[in-house]
Amino acid sequence: MERIPILKMGPFLLVTIQVDLYDRLALNLESDLINMVSKTGARGVLIDISAVSIVDSFMGRILGNIASMSRIMDAETVVVGMQPAVAITLVELGLTLQGVHTALDVEKGMGLLYEKMDIAEHPEQDEEEDQDDSND
Amino acid sequence: MQIVREQDVVPFRNRVRELSTKIGMSLVNQTKLITAASELVRNMLKYANGGKVLLETISKNAQAGIRLTFTDEGPGIADVQQAMRDGFSTGKSLGLGLPGAKRLVNEFDIKSTVGQGTTVTIIHWKHGR
Repeated sequence: MERIPILKMGPFLLVTIQVDLYDRLALNLESDLINMVSKTGARGVLIDISAVSIVDSFMGRILGNIASMSRIMDAETVVVGMQPAVAITLVELGLTLQGVHTALDVEKGMGLLYEKMDIAEHPEQDEEEDQDDSND
Repeated sequence: MQIVREQDVVPFRNRVRELSTKIGMSLVNQTKLITAASELVRNMLKYANGGKVLLETISKNAQAGIRLTFTDEGPGIADVQQAMRDGFSTGKSLGLGLPGAKRLVNEFDIKSTVGQGTTVTIIHWKHGR
């Protein structure tokens, strides 16, 4: 059966969606991803949708589900590469992808995930930086 | 075009894309139309076990457009007004399908008779207005 490949990259999982998803494929991706998070202890999930031309309410719900499920498993989800036309359409449709982090491209998405990991692991360091800022 | 399985959705979307490219519709308008069509086709599969879609190119005041007519012989919708409200769903979805689709296209018409089926017609013009 057709499946979307999931790559492990350091502490993160990387998924590039290259085809227009039909429902079964999207649901498989959802369960495969959550299983992979559990198996690998991944701290972040990066989903590249730059090749996806249509995100309807079903697909949007899947993305939201993946983010909520990953969060319960202690992993953050970032969706990257959304096409401008898709963003315009999503908002008019009424779908705001709540709880899903987004970034413009894979590189920025990776940066966001690393940032989130650092904050989670060194909260005190982050506070110091904040103080420095206020002294300036 | 017959829609009976969820695998029919992707080829159907491609047909809509081909047709809207042919009349020179912009990418944003294409995306809106295809997304709306995708919502309606999904409803048809979910609530009526499929149905038919008629794809047509039309024109008004020298502007080209696409008209899609979705016809099913499903259970019908008892309260269309309620079904058109954001967040209302008898299934376990977000309830955005019908009202969302309406927001995405220029013209939207729905007729439903309980026990006989539902027909939804949408029109999107080349320039999106």
